[in-house]
Amino acid sequence: MSDASTQTQAPADASGPGAGGSGKEPRHFVRMVTIWLVLSAITAPLFYFLVGPHVPPGTMTTTAEQNQLDFNILMVIAIPVILAVWVYLGYSIVTWRASKAADPVGGEAAATRLGVQTGWIVITSVVVLFLAGFGTYELIANNGAGGGEGPNPVWTPTAAHILPVQVIGQQWKFTYRYPTFGGMETSQLELPADTTIAFHVTSLDVIHSFWAYQLSVKADANPQIDNVAFTTTKGTGSFTVRCSELCGLWHGAMYNYGSVVSKDQFESWAKATEQANAANTKLLPPFAWTYVPDANGAAGGYYPDSVDPYSPSEVYGAKQPAS
Amino acid sequence: MSFGGRLTTFLVLLAAAVALVVYTVVTLLLPQSGVVDFTSAQPSGAPVNLTVQTVGQIGFGAHPTWVSYLVQAPDGQWMHDTTWKVPANSVIHMTIHQYDSGGPLRNQQWGQVQGTSGNVMLLNGKPIGVYDSNSGNGVGHTFAIPALGINVPLVGVDSNATNICSKAPCDSSSVSNTIKVSFRTPGPGLYHWQCFVPCGLGFLFGNGGPMSNPNYMGGFLDVTA
Repeated sequence: MSDASTQTQAPADASGPGAGGSGKEPRHFVRMVTIWLVLSAITAPLFYFLVGPHVPPGTMTTTAEQNQLDFNILMVIAIPVILAVWVYLGYSIVTWRASKAADPVGGEAAATRLGVQTGWIVITSVVVLFLAGFGTYELIANNGAGGGEGPNPVWTPTAAHILPVQVIGQQWKFTYRYPTFGGMETSQLELPADTTIAFHVTSLDVIHSFWAYQLSVKADANPQIDNVAFTTTKGTGSFTVRCSELCGLWHGAMYNYGSVVSKDQFESWAKATEQANAANTKLLPPFAWTYVPDANGAAGGYYPDSVDPYSPSEVYGAKQPAS
Repeated sequence: MSFGGRLTTFLVLLAAAVALVVYTVVTLLLPQSGVVDFTSAQPSGAPVNLTVQTVGQIGFGAHPTWVSYLVQAPDGQWMHDTTWKVPANSVIHMTIHQYDSGGPLRNQQWGQVQGTSGNVMLLNGKPIGVYDSNSGNGVGHTFAIPALGINVPLVGVDSNATNICSKAPCDSSSVSNTIKVSFRTPGPGLYHWQCFVPCGLGFLFGNGGPMSNPNYMGGFLDVTA
């Protein structure tokens, strides 16, 4: 775009505040770009280095860390865009604000500028396409970026040891089942540090959504669906689990707190809990990746009569559970 | 609109806004209805006796066929209120009279007693830590306070009994199970409690109706300093 194209339209009798009275019109475009460049060069790095490390969801897991990076990159790209709009708006208000004797809009000064239009389309297209590509790459490279991938995940972690944890949503609480610790079920979510976790999220009744905020894991809990989400824990700490799908009267109370502890602490906790819950674990149904609950309220157990809990056709089919 | 009209509109809106603020503040300051207060029923620091009952159909009110909890106020009156004010950091001796029948739990996890003293309950005087909901009369309801990790399965009565209570408040003339537990309240706060048995018969997954309306199968433990 030629700067000359933006400075030749001032009428001879221009008398607006930005017209500078008689004489040569200022190089508005160059001024705006300069202001924008300076502000962007200051603001974007300031955000990235000062605010960026504190952007949610933190760095407790690899997905949290990666999602934090993604948010920061999005923001660093968004800042110049926001500033471009604000600078243009502010400059226009100051420079071309209407006076009582303003000329009507139109004429040569409002003529189309091909360079400006082309530049706008090219720049915005590049930004959008880059972000689409970047987002897709991050989704794939980070094994779903902490989101539920459904029952047959495509992007799986390569870790040799993955701890499976089943998350069971029910109105109005999450419980957790550990298949590798005797299939025990608990109300507590404890995880070992520096370990890849596979959350298998399902529901016993309506649709819930498992959102472990600081872990940056979020997966819908659908009845009869095993929705798998991955993450790898880093340091120790506590996190909050909330249901993020409006699920009834006590939806707001459907939360709990979990902990990432050292591997030794986790082993001790898991063995102690397995032992403490042994009597109840024997009464639980055999471990299965999904449950087929009876839809008939108090009359029902985990499974309706004559349904094999391991039957794929029952788990994934459209068949309504028998009443 | 004339200046007078604009002024009148402004004053009316201002008055409405002020009235709304005053109403909200006064509502917050006034004692809440539907709260049964146990904080002054005994000397400070002494254990609180909390007695409740569950009945298969309450027999009165807007939904006489709905299942419900009732609580016995300190003066002995049975109340249809599910917000109970209790002192912080105190021992609660809770007695639950279960007048409803039961069945298998959707999640047997709720058959395990948790968060009470010794992680046990006394079922008609017998200590129990885990109740198999597929045995006997099954489990009719639970009393659970998720934030405190408390869960108590309420074993059902014989559904074939001829003296099942059908109108609250129920008394000893009806078949019942008595469950006793003790637990300690934490610091001040509003702690939600609920039944985890989907006992709203006639509603999808059993969690509508009495399970989704306050004052039936859920409420709050209002723990105050």
